[in-house]
Amino acid sequence: MTSSSADHATTAHGATPRGAAARHVIELLSSMRFAISLLTFLAIASVIGTILKQNEPYNNYLNQFGQFWFAVFETLSLYAVYNAWWFMLILTFLVTSTSLCVYRNAPKMIAQMRTFKEQMREQSFAAFAHHAEFRFAAADGVVAGGDAAAARDAVARVDTGLRQAGFSTRHAVSAGGTMVAAKAGSANRLGYIFAHCGIVIICVGGLLDGDVLLRAQMAFGGKETVKGNPLINEIPSQSRLAASNPSFRGNILIPEGGARDFALLTYGDGLLLQELPFKLDLKRFVIEHYDTGAPKLFASDVVVTDKDTGKSFKSRIEVNHPLIHKGIAVYQSSFDDGGTRVKLKGYPMAGERDYTFVVSGEIGSNTVLTPASAEGVADKALTLEFTSFRPFNIERIGSGAPRTEAAAEAATSPSLADKLKQGLGPGTAPGKEKDMRNVGPSVGYKLRDAAGQAREFHNYMLPMFLDGRQVLLAGMRENPNEAFRYLRLPIDINGSLDEFMRLRAAVLDETLRQSASANLARQMLPKDATDTFRKQLIESARRALETFGAQGFQAVAAFIEKGVPEAEREKAADVFVRLLNGATFEAWQLRRERDGLKRMAGDDVTGRFVQDSLNAISDSFFYGAPVYLHLNAFDEVKASVFQLTRSPGKNIVYTGSLLLVLGVFAMLYIRERRAWALVKPDGRVLFAMSALRRGLDDDREFARLRGQLAAQIGQHKDDTSAAASGNSADSIRTVNPASPEKS
Amino acid sequence: MELTQASYAAPLPLFKRIGLFDWLFTAVLAAGALFALSRYGSFMDGYEKAILVCAVPAIGWLGWFFKPVRTLLLVVAALTLTGISVYGGTLAGGEQKFLLKYFLASQSAIVWMSALIFFATASYWFGLLARSEFAARSGSALTWIAITMGLVGLMVRWYESYLISPDIGHIPVSNLYEVFVLFCLITSLMYLHYERRYETRGLGAFVMLVVSAAVGFLLWYTFERGAHEIQPLVPALQSWWMKIHVPANFIGYGAFSLAAMVGFATLLKSHHENPTRQNLIGVWGAGFALAAALALEAVVFRKSGASPYWAGYFAVMFAIFAGVVMARARIAAQLPALAVLDDLMYRAIAIGFAFFTVATILGALWAAEAWGSYWSWDPKETWALIVWLNYAAWLHMRLIGGVRGVMLAWWSLAGLLITTFAFLGVNIFLSGLHSYGTL
Repeated sequence: MTSSSADHATTAHGATPRGAAARHVIELLSSMRFAISLLTFLAIASVIGTILKQNEPYNNYLNQFGQFWFAVFETLSLYAVYNAWWFMLILTFLVTSTSLCVYRNAPKMIAQMRTFKEQMREQSFAAFAHHAEFRFAAADGVVAGGDAAAARDAVARVDTGLRQAGFSTRHAVSAGGTMVAAKAGSANRLGYIFAHCGIVIICVGGLLDGDVLLRAQMAFGGKETVKGNPLINEIPSQSRLAASNPSFRGNILIPEGGARDFALLTYGDGLLLQELPFKLDLKRFVIEHYDTGAPKLFASDVVVTDKDTGKSFKSRIEVNHPLIHKGIAVYQSSFDDGGTRVKLKGYPMAGERDYTFVVSGEIGSNTVLTPASAEGVADKALTLEFTSFRPFNIERIGSGAPRTEAAAEAATSPSLADKLKQGLGPGTAPGKEKDMRNVGPSVGYKLRDAAGQAREFHNYMLPMFLDGRQVLLAGMRENPNEAFRYLRLPIDINGSLDEFMRLRAAVLDETLRQSASANLARQMLPKDATDTFRKQLIESARRALETFGAQGFQAVAAFIEKGVPEAEREKAADVFVRLLNGATFEAWQLRRERDGLKRMAGDDVTGRFVQDSLNAISDSFFYGAPVYLHLNAFDEVKASVFQLTRSPGKNIVYTGSLLLVLGVFAMLYIRERRAWALVKPDGRVLFAMSALRRGLDDDREFARLRGQLAAQIGQHKDDTSAAASGNSADSIRTVNPASPEKS
Repeated sequence: MELTQASYAAPLPLFKRIGLFDWLFTAVLAAGALFALSRYGSFMDGYEKAILVCAVPAIGWLGWFFKPVRTLLLVVAALTLTGISVYGGTLAGGEQKFLLKYFLASQSAIVWMSALIFFATASYWFGLLARSEFAARSGSALTWIAITMGLVGLMVRWYESYLISPDIGHIPVSNLYEVFVLFCLITSLMYLHYERRYETRGLGAFVMLVVSAAVGFLLWYTFERGAHEIQPLVPALQSWWMKIHVPANFIGYGAFSLAAMVGFATLLKSHHENPTRQNLIGVWGAGFALAAALALEAVVFRKSGASPYWAGYFAVMFAIFAGVVMARARIAAQLPALAVLDDLMYRAIAIGFAFFTVATILGALWAAEAWGSYWSWDPKETWALIVWLNYAAWLHMRLIGGVRGVMLAWWSLAGLLITTFAFLGVNIFLSGLHSYGTL
């Protein structure tokens, strides 16, 4: 493809060794082998970025790899591979190589496209894989100058035949005859130029939209990032980018009712503030869901106010429908809470007091729970951080508890025929969607102690029906990598937590234990029971309450394990729990009496309530917080997260893409081929065809064209020589051996 | 070369081959589009209307270019309309009415397609091993019927999605399940085109094997995962771009898979013509590599343990490929000449590459609208680029480097590994913006 031998010849004679070296470099850069190597490198480098998650917070990497490898990977820029210097270097080489290739080949190709190569010599015909010979005059009839008309006619017929086949032609007359040179599909060469220019243009456009301009501003414009989480008005001017910045990509969160006129750019582990030429007011963020709980619509109703003209207009920004103003595109990127005001009702989860208090705040803000503000619930001050609010939660809830994988597996093992039958019919899975339910709002908060240790809580506002009971789920976890573990707080017949809280306080109330146990003994024993037995029972019941009150069922288990021989443990535990349930019920009733409420009937319902409450209380010893905060009311404020970009390279990239597509199709689907027909005065027509990249299509086309020309020329004279008239491929292919010229 | 040449009728230019039936077909297409525009135009935006209008010349041209497509589409239209009318506007009909439940409802039709593809593959193999022209012809016929049923399945599924709820309705190219059906259809149809063009049924056994592997996955995905359930579109997918981006991509994937199978056939044939030890090792290696690649889907069982389904799938795959290699002499004798295989492989990769280029660019244009950036180095995007680079290199080697034969066959087999990873592996192992098809 390249005429390297000629180049080498010139270097050997004239150019300096240095020039020769440069020439070699250029040759290497524009060689196909080099280009293929680059493509391979690029592919391998790209793989790294898909395996290692990119642009995560540095801490995540530190946790994942440890100090040493974190540092190694950081040096290699593996956390932002696609912006790494070495990746850019590969791209630069690719662009250089492709550009050089186009630069070197394009002029030749354009010259090739224009030329018809009508100067081809007669001897060359036989060298082509596709060549044939026809006659337009009888083999014995010597066609002299007098029969020039016949030759002219043959030329015309050849010309027409080739043109009909889609060739363009040019004639050259020489002593040896008239040469009809033809070519078709020259646009294939344009395809080459288009496709390769397309690649270069795409890379250049992409470069403009990358962070190269930002890096330049940081290197030469004195800009630098701020670290940490600064307040907006504390961001210094060297970290602010003017609204005229030609290329950026940033994000901004706007709460409903809020307005912003800037975006934040993250770079490495720092931030930059990008000023905008307009102000965005978020009026409303809309989110809609399908019945299945999948999101259906995210949309932001905004008012855009232009800073220059002061004019404003309304707009709706949706996923797939960005807003474009002043060359800046605003995309719906995600959403968040914009500071929902929540009112939480606090219940104690420790101690024998039973009361409530109210605490309010906005999501994203903190408050302190002091002994005073929370009615002494915490003996030390705790910081309450309101972290999240969700207006609804779509959860998979079956008939009972959230199903485990094993249970689900066991439930669905029908026969093959049943399975097949289920798989037939419409594209729906009946029964499956029933599991998905909206279980209502939830709130998330953290409680942080003076030492800075925090636990995270996630509480649902509404009770859920689980295992046949109404319960409130109160979730807790000690670190963010864990899943929440949920307490199931039983709901009383009034639909509130009050009775559970009263019962909880009663169980922990040491002053009630004796009288509750006495009441239990009175209930259980017949009138004539002995005093010792009665005393024994009271003591056992009191002990049961006391043991449970220390550490729940864990303490009960330890107590039984310590005091009872192994063989009798099961029975002892049964008695113990019955006493505990009974005593708890009595203590609860005493507490109710103290609060001026009627005694409840000791039926199955209350029995189960006591049991559930004891389970919850037992678990609450691991709750790790002195309070449970129930979401009582909220005033939702949503926030929309936008991505804002100004990408000057976008249209460049699109242009490059168009060229690439045109080029690829032209290169792959336009076949460049040439044909020559030399109409000789002796009555012979030499025919040859060549293709730039010969394939089966070219073989076929040659066969067809040969047949067509033979027929057209053959009609001219009543010449029935095999070479000219036969339609059979084989007879045409071989030049007639009886031809006088050959013998 | 001489032999192959003689076996081809020299085709006339497209417009000279157009007859009355072609015009009739185009008229029916245009009428269908006009009807859709007048009846449902108010539910479409300008782009969707443009796509509908452009689909008429595109599909019309396809029918002119590949004649049997006309009949296929007319039959599919008739069956689909029958299905729709039997539904009678309620989804429950799909469970109650016999014709739907066992024939025309989307799932039933797709299960039919799956079964027919297995039968077709078996027929092609029987034809190849027993040298039975009848069995090979049956293979083609079964493939045509399978495509008909699969296409009916997708069309009816499209309708069913609107029956579930008008806001859920969407074109069935939105998740992994639907595109797998699309993959089976496109790959089979492309194969049938080449079968006709090159007048050889010898490759059906190979190409339908990759389609069968896809069907194996599809059935598992349906019966074990319930993936056939129609899901509503998340906001990012609610765009007309999906209608062009996804099919363009699958022309690419289908063509690359087809090329890889032709590559395998090329290796068998070259060993047959030049039975060196090196070539033999190559053939065995390629057989097992292919079996492994096609069973890559089976890595899904990392969660469920080695389930009998996947163990069986593995075993069947390896048995098939071992059998193929053992019977190589018999098979190779039935395969077309190396020059034909080479030409076919080049054509498949060329069309695949061209459409993959278009698909990737369409994807970039869509990404610019949905995610705010035309290129985010998302794992799926990046792997699409890797696939593209791979075949760009392949084409350079063939067109400019002049490389042919075994080397390119190997390369296109390796390409199948990369393509499979981009298509499936990314969904299994990597997360990212393209999480619509998570496994």
